[in-house]
Parts: sequence; C-alpha cells; structure tokens
Amino acid sequence: MSIFIDSDTKLVVQGITGRDGSFHAFQMMEYGTQVVAGVTPGKGGQSFEGPDGAAVPIFNSMDEAVARTGANTSVVYVPPAFAADAILEAADSGVDLVVAITEGVPVLDMARAHAFARDKGVRILGPNCPGLLSPGKSKVGILPAQIVTEGDIGVVSRSGTLTYEAVFQLTNVGLGQTTCVGIGGDPLIGTSFIDCLEAFEADPDTAAVVMIGEIGGTDEQEAATFVKTSMSKPVVGFIAGQTAPPGRRMGHAGAIISGSAGTAEEKIKAFEENGIAVAKRPVEIVDLIKEALA
Amino acid sequence: MDIHEYQAKERFRAAGIPVPPDEIATTAEEAEAIASRYGGMVVVKAQVHSGGRGKAGGVKLAKTAAEAREHASAILGMEINGLTVHKVLVTPAEDIDTEAYVGVLVDRKRQAATFMVSPEGGMDIEQVAATNPDAILKLTVDPRYGLLPHQAYWLANFLYDDPGLIKQTSRIVAQLYRSFVDSGASMTEINPLITTPDGDVKAIDAKMSIDDSELFRRPDVAAMRDSSAEPPSETKAREAGLSYVKLDGDVGCCVNGAGLAMATMDLVKYYGGEPANFLDIGGSSNPDKVVAALEIITSDPNVKAILFNIFGGITRCDDVANGIVEATKRIEIQVPIVIRLTGTNEEAALRILEDAGFSAYTSMDAVVEKAVQLANA
Repeated sequence: MSIFIDSDTKLVVQGITGRDGSFHAFQMMEYGTQVVAGVTPGKGGQSFEGPDGAAVPIFNSMDEAVARTGANTSVVYVPPAFAADAILEAADSGVDLVVAITEGVPVLDMARAHAFARDKGVRILGPNCPGLLSPGKSKVGILPAQIVTEGDIGVVSRSGTLTYEAVFQLTNVGLGQTTCVGIGGDPLIGTSFIDCLEAFEADPDTAAVVMIGEIGGTDEQEAATFVKTSMSKPVVGFIAGQTAPPGRRMGHAGAIISGSAGTAEEKIKAFEENGIAVAKRPVEIVDLIKEALA
Repeated sequence: MDIHEYQAKERFRAAGIPVPPDEIATTAEEAEAIASRYGGMVVVKAQVHSGGRGKAGGVKLAKTAAEAREHASAILGMEINGLTVHKVLVTPAEDIDTEAYVGVLVDRKRQAATFMVSPEGGMDIEQVAATNPDAILKLTVDPRYGLLPHQAYWLANFLYDDPGLIKQTSRIVAQLYRSFVDSGASMTEINPLITTPDGDVKAIDAKMSIDDSELFRRPDVAAMRDSSAEPPSETKAREAGLSYVKLDGDVGCCVNGAGLAMATMDLVKYYGGEPANFLDIGGSSNPDKVVAALEIITSDPNVKAILFNIFGGITRCDDVANGIVEATKRIEIQVPIVIRLTGTNEEAALRILEDAGFSAYTSMDAVVEKAVQLANA
C-alpha cells in the first residue's frame, strides 16, 4: 500500500497548458500516473498530448473535468496570482485531494482556501510543495521518479531537494519507499507532519518513517509528541537550519525563526525527548533507518 | 519584507487609526527644525528594521529643539543589531496614562490571522506570554467573515473597563485588521496603544511585516521597500530572483533548494567552518543565474572558498555543470571553487567539470569538508 495516492488515483492537472504544467503532466504520465484530465479556462475542448501519443482532454473548469472523467485528485501548477482560486475551485469540485505545487501564493489567500477545504473535508497538500510519489503506483507533483524505488519506508518532509537527497541515499542502499510526501515550505500548509505520520502508521506496508523538518513554526514539535503517544513504527528525523539566524526567511516563506520560537535546537530536542532518532547529517539518515529496522 | 515605523504609521492613518503626527529627519538640523515646529517635548526614534531600539539607545525624549538635535545627531549613524540608522522619526511626546499591546499575526497552527491583545503593553509580548499568559487574549479571525463587530468588542473589553475607551478601541482593532489585510501583512503591532489623561486612545508605535508573496499585487506597499536597510548583495540577489541571506562566515554556499541549502550550511558548521551565506539558486541550470550567484558570493570579502551543492532531480546535473563552466568563463573568481553534484546524469556532469579543471564530488560530506579545509587554509 501507500498513503494518499496509489494506482487508482485519477488526476486532473490544473494549468496543464502552462510551461510547468505541461512538462510535469508529461513526466507524470511517463511514470504511469493516470492523468485523466487537464483544466485551463478558455482551452476546453482541446487535448494535451502525453507520451506515445496519449491524449488527455482539456476542460474549462474543474466541475466539468470531474463530472466527465471521475477524477479524484488534482494538482495545481497555476501561477501565484490565480493559485488560491484554482485550489478553491478544486476543493469545490468533488476531488478528495488537492496537491498545490505553486510557490509564492499570498498567505492570506491560503487562509481562506484552507478554511474552505476544511469545511468541505478536502485534503490540501502544500502549497509550495513538490507533491508526492508512491513508487510503482503513482506520482503527483514534481518529485524526480528516477531517485525512488519500491519498499517499506515512508518519507515526509517540508523541503524539496533535501528530500530528494534523503530518498536518493535510501534508494542507493536498497531501502525503497511506500510514499514520499513533501508537505511544503509555506507557513500555512494543508497537510501536516501529523497527518502523514497517522497515515503511515495505518499503512500496513510502511515499516519505518523518515521525517525531515526545518526551522519555523511548531509542526515538528507537535509531530514529535504524536510519535511518542500514537505510533508503533520507528521514526528517524532530521532538522535543517541549525545555522540559520533568527528573524530571517531562509528561502521557504515558512522557514523563519520568529522571536525565539521555531529554532532547530528546540525541534531536535523535541524529537530526541520523544524517541525519534535524530540524524546530525543527512548521510546518517540511512544508518539510523537501518538500525531502526534491525 | 519589513517596513519602518513611520511607514506603518502611514498605513495606520490611512485606515483611520489615531496616530500622533510625525516627520522624518535624515540630519540633526532637520530634526531640530521639526522639533521647533512642534514645540514642547518630542521623541526622537531610530528608524531601523529591528526590535530593541529603546534598549540600544535609539529612542530618546527631548525637552527642547536643541536637545532633539543632539539626540538625532547621536542616533543617526548608530548601529542597532548590525543595522545602521539613516533616518529618525520626530514626534510630539504624549501624556501616557496606560499602555496596552495590540497585535495581529498569521498563526500557523490556527491557519488564519490571529489577534493578541494585552493590557501589559510597552514591553516584549513574548515576555508577557512567558511570565503572565493570562494577561493575553488570543482571538482568531475567520478569513471568510473578517473581524466581526462583537469580536472587536471582545478584544477592546479585555483591555479596558471604561466604556469610552472600549468604544474607541473596538474601532481601532477593526481598523487595524483592515490595514493588516489591505497591506498584505504577515504581522502588525501597536505597542504601546496608549490612553491619555484626556481619555483618548492612540497608537504611538507601529510595526508591520509584509508577506513577500503579496508584493506583486500591491505596488504601493512594494514601493515602501528601503534598500538602504539591507546589504547591497541582498538587493542584487532579489533582483536576480535568488534567495540570499548574508551571514558572517567564510564558506560561500550555492545550493539548489532551500532545505538543502540550510542543511549544507549546517554541515559547514559541523566540519568546523562558518557559512558566509544562505543561497538558493532554484531549479535552473541557466548560466546567467549562476553568474549572478557567483558575483553576489564573491562580492563578500570574507569568502575564502565557494561550495556548490546541487541535487539534480528534474534539472539534469550535466545541464547544471555546463551552466557552472559557462558562468566561470564569464566571471573571474579569485577563490577556490568545489562542486558537488548528484542525481540525474551525475557521471556526465562530473566529466564536464573535471575536464574544465574543477574538483567535483558526488558526496555532500566530502565536498563540505574540502570547502571548510580550503577556507581555513
């Protein structure tokens, strides 16, 4: 099994005719993801050409796309100015999961979108995230397919390339993954570490979890408590940003130490106090997972 | 993006919040002239993007215009938390009866704008939260409805008993919420919100940070950016579309991805070095971006070695390697460069770099250790 997406995932790509949307729609189809529709307002009736001449119908709107194709998931590659509206539209259309890749969505726009999605019972992943990939089953987002392999490790992270780094090292030593999830680097994200940990705990095929956090907020601290109280599976952690100065945004909009809160130090401490083995360097993640599974 | 106190006060006034008048001076003479126009006692306040201005000696009361001139002369050019003061605000001193705190910020856990108010104003709210949490009321605003009238009343009622003060303050918190939303803010603060012996409520300090993602649609707010308040290298990085933060070390870092960039800095420290910067070059293999990154890193005289750490995912390592080779042909670099690439097409990338005379690595630890060694040599 896997979490959130699998071979039954039927995906709509919002912004399929844009530069990023079209490139990644093609990549996802190549990986085997069922891309059943694209949405670009004003381009309904056209079709998108995937690998080997596969044609994906394009619709003007999400409600049409879902009604006509039975899609259950959407991925958003819409520019920041329109991304929140696209996410709201997706959350209103009947899909269960909306994966928001776009970086730079105004935070107050996302506050509205998250409130709306919560009421509708729709899961948002992101925004400002690389998406997720269940090896051998489905890929939604921008994670590079060639660095993953099937196996029993769950990976959840706030970062993109740092996740790839960890996943690639796992793959290189034959430790495959059930699902790799990037939850996003923004201050307001739809799916938290705890949501992912809960799903990994419930997934019979996941044996252990790698959790990669960074400075800013308290999501990691709460996740650490959850691990102690509600998880039977071993969790290995890494926190980026020990050398980050307070008050400065480190790339990700959410990676900022506010006052004295959200430091790497307090997160590492929370991990250690709650039974999560913490890697001091990314390369140690593999060793700690091996120990946890031994 | 942080804006200055005087700019935040302009936003407040536009929203209708009562704020005493003020003017900005860049010289001691101007400060004196402003003070004599106001007559009476004035306060001279350093305008820098930093807390703790008072403790640093950047806020002074002046009884006369001549004294305002002396204070301005001492404050202008002063350094507060590493930031040089270029401007002072001069404002009439107010008679203060009580001081309260009113703030709005985007609360990550509650996923919405959240008010924090406390009758214990004039001090650091984090300190109040630590020592007397019952003195703070937190209230989350549903973004779909905005601040409702009864919520504004609850906030005001928590601060004061007097009906007149409550009425004024209900209006002020509603105006503050509007200002927060209309400015695309991520945080705004009135500390202190004062009451006067005459029964007036006024904001005598103002703080606001803007969500960078809002700037594209708020040109009036974007125009408030003060580039003199940041190192020139950070201005240049922003214009080149790079995420860059200058630090004090000597190992220049150029990394793709924010998380990996932070992890790289941490590893520099782990191996006994100090990172000179945070720099996320993004997913691009565009030589122009690499050139801009190298120019920014090498403009820092402390940098003794440059470290590239690139994970090729969708971006191919060989494309990035070509970008680096191309960039280093266009710009002369005086310090050693070490490069680590891993992921898609890494073998081809290593050949390209070695043919061009670079030390290339696939291990993150090995390259960081080497960079630290070169910087310490």
